[in-house]
Amino acid sequence: MSGVFVWIDQFHGKALPIAWEALGVGRKIADSHNVSLTALVFGQGTDAVVQAVFHYGADRVVKCDDATLADFRLEPYVALLDKVIVDEKPLVVIGGGSTRGRELLAAAAADTNAGLLADITELTIEGDMLQGIRPVYAGKILSTAIIKGNVQFVTIRSRAFPTPIADPSKSGEVISVAPVLSEDQIATKVIAFEETKGSVNLADARIIVSGGRGVGGPDGFAPVRELADVLGAAVGASRATVDAGWIPYAHQVGQTGKVVSPDLYIAAGISGAIQHQAGMRTSKVIVAINKDPDAPMFKLARYGIVGDLFKILPALTAAFKSKLGK
Amino acid sequence: MSVVVITKSTPDTAARVEVNAAGAVTWGDAQVVINPWDEYSVTEAVLLKEAHPVKTVALTVGPEIHAEALKQGLAIGIDEAVRVWDDGMEGQDSLGYSNAVTATINKLGDVDLIIFGKELVDVATDAHIFQVARKLGWPVLGAVSRIVTIDFAAKTITVERLIEEGKQTLSSTLPAVISVLKDINEPKYPSFIGIRKASKAIIPVWGSADLGIGDSGSASAALVKTTGYANLPVRQGSVEIIDGATDQEKADKLVAKLLEDKVL
Repeated sequence: MSGVFVWIDQFHGKALPIAWEALGVGRKIADSHNVSLTALVFGQGTDAVVQAVFHYGADRVVKCDDATLADFRLEPYVALLDKVIVDEKPLVVIGGGSTRGRELLAAAAADTNAGLLADITELTIEGDMLQGIRPVYAGKILSTAIIKGNVQFVTIRSRAFPTPIADPSKSGEVISVAPVLSEDQIATKVIAFEETKGSVNLADARIIVSGGRGVGGPDGFAPVRELADVLGAAVGASRATVDAGWIPYAHQVGQTGKVVSPDLYIAAGISGAIQHQAGMRTSKVIVAINKDPDAPMFKLARYGIVGDLFKILPALTAAFKSKLGK
Repeated sequence: MSVVVITKSTPDTAARVEVNAAGAVTWGDAQVVINPWDEYSVTEAVLLKEAHPVKTVALTVGPEIHAEALKQGLAIGIDEAVRVWDDGMEGQDSLGYSNAVTATINKLGDVDLIIFGKELVDVATDAHIFQVARKLGWPVLGAVSRIVTIDFAAKTITVERLIEEGKQTLSSTLPAVISVLKDINEPKYPSFIGIRKASKAIIPVWGSADLGIGDSGSASAALVKTTGYANLPVRQGSVEIIDGATDQEKADKLVAKLLEDKVL
């Protein structure tokens, strides 16, 4: 039976928030076509994820639980996704635009000779045609595209679509399928994994506190981190601080770093070069803290404080602590 | 044995990109430059050439403007360049692009590694990277921050790749496709001699007929069609500068406003 499929991005048995956002988009398309919504859960040890996808709107689950899928590798994942698509002929396949989701859906679209609306931030359903909007040219303008074909692939950008409200009473049918490739048929081998400890994923973050050249050195990120800790926020950084070796590249926001869209972006000591803006301009509320009242970041911000970040950030940390009761 | 970098030109990163009254994308008199992520892929190819007996080729699919990216690659030290294009390709989708690239790689022959920058900043996507790999039937390693080892004779590669949760070390066989992040190297910049050499280079242009791909790389086969561009909605209001007698007073006022706006 053809319906709408959502691939669920999970890591070591825990789904990413974008998986729920993708289910929300899938539910909308499935309802408009009056078809069912199927969640695809691939991995190893995914029972908790399988239960949760029903809470977030899936009608049924196709799952494959196997050692070859424990860590994401494109070859076994796409071989499996291709087979499920050929067998079940869905109308639409949706995935979150995470590193894994972007790779997997692009690859499956190529294998099945289907079109892909990549990394969209808005979706409209016009009859049986999907139309997607996404920021292009480093987020400076928006592009609209339409897609045709028997199977249509869509990836969505993190935090662009709402998370559905979970209903823990929901459950549904679970169909188990076998993997397509055996270990000796997979060229890619995982040798090691080093987890980034204690950091919030920038793409999923509701709040980001970012430091720029104004922090002055690696130690200057301490007040940035302290404020982030109080807010449960992720730590971002400008390119200049990464290039100077003050903070790892994984924190860089901007054109050659991450593109983020939090509810609140606090930019401390970041002048706001256009390349940095490319990564954060869709943030809902931007706060600029800078000694230089002419810093371009103030043009983008809703609130600004002109001053020394080494005084303002600790003052903010204290203020949030008392207001949030921490 | 050869390494191919696949690149494109994009408007200078500081350019003011706008949609004009006719609906076309414009960037005034700003220059086009090599796609910013490709500074790293080109540099990585040149570093591989310095350490291994491999030939390097820069490839683009696009009209004349994209020769600029190829010339920058040649000026940095890439050996040869090829541009793929014919008028029928204007408006091709990522599958059409992948079909054209796949045929080009097969025509070049003896390619062991294809390197892409993480994404193209103009179309803001990386789908083409994974689609090229699938069309070639090669493994693909995305978001690579370091090539740990590469052995062109034994046909193996080991890389570090950055994912949301941390750093993965992966090995694969060659030929393979990789996409690289900014962390991978310090970009090389063109030398004066390199620029002179590149400006004299004659870059062959191959079309669908040369590649023998019929219309599979053309707009006529596209399943995804861009229907228009729009400028960003104008941000409402201007910045409110929070004042106060002391830094703590400024901070308290800001926190009160954020709570009032229900941002937290």
